[in-house]
Amino acid sequence: MENQISFFSSFALNDIFFMAEAAYRTLLISIISISIGTFIGGIFGWMLFEGRIIAIILLGPILDVFRSVPLIIQLVLFYNFAPIVGFDLNAFESGLVILTLYTAALVANVVRGGIASVGQSMRRAARSLGMNYWQDLRYVVFPIGVRAIFPSWVGVALGVLKDSALVSVLGYVELLRASQILMTRTQEPLLIIAVAGAFYFALSYPISRFSARFERKWSQ
Amino acid sequence: MIKIQELQKYFGQLHVLRGIDLQVEKGEVLSVIGASGSGKSTLLYCINGLEQIQGGTITVDGVKVHDKGTDLNNLRQSMGMVFQQWNSFPHLTAIENVALAPRIVKKKTKSEAIEIAKNQLVHVGLEDKLNVYPSELSGGQQQRLAIARALAMDPQYMLFDEATSALDPELVGEVLETMRLLAEEGMTMICVTHEMGFARDVSDRVAFFHDGIIEEIDTAKNIFENPKSELTKKFLSKVR
Ligand SMILES: Nc1ncnc2c1ncn2[C@@H]1O[C@H](COP(=O)(O)OP(=O)(O)OP(=O)(O)O)[C@@H](O)[C@H]1O
Ligand SMILES: [Mg+2]
Repeated sequence: MENQISFFSSFALNDIFFMAEAAYRTLLISIISISIGTFIGGIFGWMLFEGRIIAIILLGPILDVFRSVPLIIQLVLFYNFAPIVGFDLNAFESGLVILTLYTAALVANVVRGGIASVGQSMRRAARSLGMNYWQDLRYVVFPIGVRAIFPSWVGVALGVLKDSALVSVLGYVELLRASQILMTRTQEPLLIIAVAGAFYFALSYPISRFSARFERKWSQ
Repeated sequence: MIKIQELQKYFGQLHVLRGIDLQVEKGEVLSVIGASGSGKSTLLYCINGLEQIQGGTITVDGVKVHDKGTDLNNLRQSMGMVFQQWNSFPHLTAIENVALAPRIVKKKTKSEAIEIAKNQLVHVGLEDKLNVYPSELSGGQQQRLAIARALAMDPQYMLFDEATSALDPELVGEVLETMRLLAEEGMTMICVTHEMGFARDVSDRVAFFHDGIIEEIDTAKNIFENPKSELTKKFLSKVR
């Protein structure tokens, strides 16, 4: 009994800071991969829509792989194989690369649909006014498409935020990993899981609120 | 002047325009009538360079539309186009809809573009809707907005592709009235239309399309009162 107390200690205020710091890491890896992934995914989506031969025979299947192989498998494979081909990446960097590509694959599909939703007739109207291809894309397709795909994009972003927990398998101490560490030490799994859940909620909630505001503004 | 010679247009195997010869002079109003699928819309898209052609030539003010060297974005500014689906930009207010192209294509300053837009919206009778989004406009108002948007580029020609066919019957009148006004102002117009009253009263000439060729073209009076082709007679008897 005495012995056990020295091994396990109960949940303390310090541990909240430890989890907050881990939540920050979750946020960090998510924000970076969502931002870059969205940007790359936007370009991929445009390439898929334009249907250039390379896009269809190469990009499509590659993105399908990222969308359909479970993220955890991608992470483990990449983390272990990257050094073999000369990339010496730590857990954070590996996680970042895979989460970014995963985001890009999901966003690409959403964006392709968004561009298609604008419709040929609208685009011809824009072109008939003398707009060139890029002006049409920038001033007509982009604003209309963004509004159309925004809810799906928020879904992707929230999904990536939660899925970033899987990077813990590589040893990156983000929210889930931190919770596991604390659970082992305190033997209070329910409390810790609840706190972790609260942190995830605190990270996602602003995104949901923010997006709801945008959607309301746009729907007027 | 728009001059079309020996125009051939295919969609894959489908031979849609089978040798069109047509000339539209400055200030003229030409109505194009004919059965569905006869190639009327396709003709307008070809004139505007929105569709490739497989034979013949289209020249607008001496410029060959489908020549490799032609700056289509520039040429299109001289031809306003109004579609069956009005295609207003849903994310912009009425005045922004009209001001967009002058600002980004003609590189007008913001205040110049707004000024142009306001004038054109007054022109089509939407002066009380300047800051309204298209979703709050009726179909007829949106179609007039589309007309104002095209006019804001200060075009020499206006091409109308069944501008009223998607409208509820009670809204057709206001759009036709706007088109009539334009005609009276001397705008050169090609109007694909199912509105025989408009074709008869407003146009100088009427072209009857049948199966990818101009079956008959004549003054509005002759077409409606004294058509020569049996096909024209048959078509007119059906639509009236
Ligand atoms: N993008 C396209 N690809 C393939 N076929 C097309 C395309 N656009 C039109 N067509 C075909 O070309 C023919 C002529 O079409 P068009 O739209 O010019 O007819 P229209 O006279 O305007 O008919 P409507 O009165 O119904 O508008 C039709 O058979 C149509 O199916
Ligand atoms: Mg048509």
